[in-house]
Amino acid sequence: MTAPVSFLGRVQRDRAAGRVTALDIGARRLTERRLAAAAEYPAMEQMRDAARAIRLDVLANLDRYLGRFADAVERTGGHVFWAADGDEANDHIARLAVDRGVRTAVKSKSMVTEEIELNAALAAAGVDVTETDLGEFIVQLSGDRPSHIIAPVLHRTRHEIGELFADELGVGYTDDPVRLNAIARRHLRGIFLNADMGISGANFGVAETGGVCLVTNEGNGRLTTTAPRIHVAVMGMERLVPTMADLAVMLEVLARSATGQRMSVYTNIVTGPRRPGDPDGPDEVHVVILDNGRSEVLGGDAAEILACIRCGACLNVCPVYRASGGHAYDSVYSGPVGAVLTPSLDGLADHADLPHASSLCGACKEACPVRIDIPEMLLTLRAEVAAVGLAPDWLRRGVRLYAEAATRPGLWRALLATGGLLGRARSSWLDSLPLHGAGWTDHRQFPPPATRSFHQRWKERTRGA
Amino acid sequence: MAPRVQLFVTCLIDGFSPQVGDAVVNVLERAGVTVEFPFDQTCCGQPPFNAGFHDESRRIVHHMLDVLDATEGPIVVPSGSCADMMIHHAPDLVAADAVRFAQAARVAARVREFTTFLVEDLGLTDVGARLEARAAYHPSCHGFRNLGIREEPERLLDAVEGVSRCELADADECCGFGGLFSVEMPDVSAAMMSRKLNAIEQSGADLLVGVDVGCLMHLEGGLRRRGASHVRIRHIAEVLAGTPEDER
Repeated sequence: MTAPVSFLGRVQRDRAAGRVTALDIGARRLTERRLAAAAEYPAMEQMRDAARAIRLDVLANLDRYLGRFADAVERTGGHVFWAADGDEANDHIARLAVDRGVRTAVKSKSMVTEEIELNAALAAAGVDVTETDLGEFIVQLSGDRPSHIIAPVLHRTRHEIGELFADELGVGYTDDPVRLNAIARRHLRGIFLNADMGISGANFGVAETGGVCLVTNEGNGRLTTTAPRIHVAVMGMERLVPTMADLAVMLEVLARSATGQRMSVYTNIVTGPRRPGDPDGPDEVHVVILDNGRSEVLGGDAAEILACIRCGACLNVCPVYRASGGHAYDSVYSGPVGAVLTPSLDGLADHADLPHASSLCGACKEACPVRIDIPEMLLTLRAEVAAVGLAPDWLRRGVRLYAEAATRPGLWRALLATGGLLGRARSSWLDSLPLHGAGWTDHRQFPPPATRSFHQRWKERTRGA
Repeated sequence: MAPRVQLFVTCLIDGFSPQVGDAVVNVLERAGVTVEFPFDQTCCGQPPFNAGFHDESRRIVHHMLDVLDATEGPIVVPSGSCADMMIHHAPDLVAADAVRFAQAARVAARVREFTTFLVEDLGLTDVGARLEARAAYHPSCHGFRNLGIREEPERLLDAVEGVSRCELADADECCGFGGLFSVEMPDVSAAMMSRKLNAIEQSGADLLVGVDVGCLMHLEGGLRRRGASHVRIRHIAEVLAGTPEDER
């Protein structure tokens, strides 16, 4: 609409290139697993309620929990940096790297560092950064972008990845996932051992202990946060839970909702740097707490989107996401949560079409472990789009005309009667409609207007009675 | 005393599928219900609301409320989507005006989706219909998720003599209609539709039944674009009323 290439334009591009099928299959599989995991866990619904209550409490009292968390991090010997935006966070981390003589850094998967484009900032500072999550490693190796918040290369087939590894890593072609995994593991192991800095995100920060919880299935999170001498955790400011007991509740719903696992293979809670006598761990721990638009969202109509725990269930279940592909959202946050979060964090101007990328079917709300009412937020954002004049002109004009007719019953009935005349002239379904109606008839026939509207039929019925 | 209801027929039925409105009236009258039709009714206001145009939608909602609040008895709506608008969104939309909000709440409390009214309010599942058909049921999203219409339409269908049921794969997945979404995001909508049509054609059904003509119009348009099909698409009221084919 206002963006040079719209959501629809990106969908057309990616569908034409056949980049959507693998993602659709993968997302459906993840949904099946989520449903199976929920079905075998009798407490799932109560846990969802409990998880929601915890997250809403955190949002309602975020200032207090952030203070408590920061104090706790410092008590354990860690450092806290408050970043108002991505630039502040990137500058701080780059300066830290330069100051400590960091030449190489490893990263575990982190959407928030994708959000602020940390890798580019570190590269500019002369730091060699390697992604160590298999999906993110593939993204980095191929110059691609993540299409899913927990499965970054859901859009790619194992054949493509086999070819990528053969081309870029000098290995023989294989599309066997186990062997592909082993290749990446071998490649990354040496990089891990030589890295000066490990950078992670944070699934949750625990306010009472200052711990940063990371869940992974590959163990790369644990290596990233323990092997290098410096650990930097970047955390969106809303990602807190008050206590360890609350964390336990979140972990009950997170893996089940994300991948259908009872628990992720690795769940690490990093609390401060290496203590005397510890066999391993970093010498320094830095926690970067990022605002980047979040405090503004917190004060607005879409505040509840900040309760999101990034499980991806809403993406997997969304028929629009599955038909569009993750890149159509033009953001690291795709799917229903992205359609709310991206315009909320980054402003509507460049993302005015995202709130419209939904049929409002409500599957996301049903799947969300913390029961965020995403359709309601999309409706609210659509109202903002219209209110600030970012809606397309044809839509605005059409809606105004429609409202005129629908508030004047005489005009309404006259239009129905006119439609009836057209319907008499042309009684078969129409092959094409003019102007924006073509959006309909490019794919489907359009019904002819009824020759006698219900209003007319009712009038005749009562006259006959 | 025979129950008396107000029919809110919806704009799409009014202008494109009036035989569905007739069918609703026939089924209700056969059940001993007196049906009234507030003649100045137009639309529930959902199309502008979903497009984000709250001022335009509010004007339509005011009109809808004025027309319906002047009547009495249950308001029967043969669409889960419009009923959802009238029950859940209309009150929110006018909440800034206490008088309007009270009016919207009064109207919302009277709104009953057609199949819910038959099964829950009248306690009716067998309406005496018969039709030889292998029927699949498509649960439209707003009725299914927002109003919790789960079993009512299927119980009504099961009670129709001659109807056997076919399972629809991924039945609760959106068909891609979404009102203006189908025009604003045509490629996405069509991809969703295509999947639904495949499921319908693979279900073994020769009849697809739903409770929302918007979704049904979209699916029928897609089916017709594909060419000859053995599948007919009908609103549930048409099945229950035994609407003859030449009435459409």
